[in-house]
Amino acid sequence: MSETVEIRLTVNGEAVTRRVAARQNLVDFLREDLGLTGTRAGCEHGVCGACTLRVDGAIVRGCLLFAAQLDGARVETIEGLSDSGEIAVLQAAFHERNALQCGFCTAGMLITAAELLARGGVPSRAEIRDFLSGNYCRCTGYHAIVDAVEAAARTRAGNGPP
Amino acid sequence: MRLSEPRLLIDINHVAVLGGIEERGGALRIGALARHSEVGASPLVARLAPLVHQAIPHIAHPAIRNRGTFGGSLAHADPAAELPACAVALDAVLLLASRRGERKVAARDFFRGIYATALAPDEIVTAIEIPPAPAGGRSVFLELARRRGDYAIAGLAAAARPGDLRLVFFGVGDRPIEAKAATAALQREPAAGRVAAAQAALARDLDPPGDLQADGATKLHLARVLLGRAAAALAA
Ligand SMILES: Cc1cc2nc3c(=O)[nH]c(=O)nc-3n(C[C@H](O)[C@H](O)[C@H](O)COP(=O)(O)OP(=O)(O)OC[C@H]3O[C@@H](n4cnc5c(N)ncnc54)[C@H](O)[C@@H]3O)c2cc1C
Ligand code: FES
Ligand code: FES
Repeated sequence: MSETVEIRLTVNGEAVTRRVAARQNLVDFLREDLGLTGTRAGCEHGVCGACTLRVDGAIVRGCLLFAAQLDGARVETIEGLSDSGEIAVLQAAFHERNALQCGFCTAGMLITAAELLARGGVPSRAEIRDFLSGNYCRCTGYHAIVDAVEAAARTRAGNGPP
Repeated sequence: MRLSEPRLLIDINHVAVLGGIEERGGALRIGALARHSEVGASPLVARLAPLVHQAIPHIAHPAIRNRGTFGGSLAHADPAAELPACAVALDAVLLLASRRGERKVAARDFFRGIYATALAPDEIVTAIEIPPAPAGGRSVFLELARRRGDYAIAGLAAAARPGDLRLVFFGVGDRPIEAKAATAALQREPAAGRVAAAQAALARDLDPPGDLQADGATKLHLARVLLGRAAAALAA
């Protein structure tokens, strides 16, 4: 399939019109065509979570979507969520708790954790682990990441550590 | 990687009539495009098909469930997938459509082998119909996986209704497998030796091929463990 398809979508609130190759996936489109390199491609088959981003308000795997499918869609990446301040509390908690080393997994971790926190309340550690189970980290290990998500949930709920 | 180079790929995501979850004459109709997360959150599904409600959290992870569809999972026919086993256990019927017309295929006739189904090349799944859960019906969904969200090493979808029991195993064959010998043993034997007899009989129902996760003997052992747990849960 060498055809190209024209798409109009919003990326981080901005209207974008582009002509894309039918076989180009969303991560490559964001990175190569739009220069948004915060979204990472790790496994490229849905397993590692590094490419997690939001489409129409819900987290999805960027590597499992073709850009051509996104005509009319609303895409939010780590760049947009950082700029808007929506995940500032999570980012601060990751920073404080050393919940990242190389950072390859971090955008996916933050966006996934943000969907969990958006449900409200303070999730248990088991719930946090369950929700993050589709996001792999190859260097930090998960303990500090779970700590950070838990801390951010407490901050948002207006109470500090127990 | 260009493992496959289709000449044509059709995105059905915008075909609105393929979506939705509704009750029709007591039966549950789940549109092919209903996402796993939507099915898992549906009070209608929880009430009319509790087995499916129990199964959804075992499918992968939130970001996958936000996108994967009911029809896609059935059409894909992965032998370790949860929903095909539920469809067989619940006597579900798949609605298929092509330019030639529409037809219905019972779930138990739909799955033909690894990634193989009764779908003709020009056909799609439009919806699935699940008959109403009978009064006094029970269901148990169990699976063993190495990590949260992984495909099952062995799994069991069990649906019990007065006078009828369905034990459908997955991850232990080339398609969902109804364990008829084990079911018969559970229903026939006196209470004391019932579970052991059913676990022994399971060797006549299953001959699991080994895969990357476990060899066949381990899978049969795990299937017996699940059978024991399901029998206990159904008797409780
Ligand atoms: C990392 C990862 C982990 C996963 N873990 C699990 C798991 O634990 N358990 C599980 O059950 N599943 C699992 N899945 C599968 C996932 O849940 C989806 O069910 C599956 O990928 C189907 O996705 P889809 O609905 O987008 O269909 P697609 O991927 O778009 O399609 C799958 C196949 O079905 C065909 N198809 C799709 N819809 C129809 C239709 N309506 N009619 C006819 N043919 C159709 C397509 O042509 C294609 O051949 C996993 C997937 C990933 C990426
Ligand atoms: S790159 Fe998409 S999940 Fe790994
Ligand atoms: S910080 Fe390196 S992969 Fe997670």
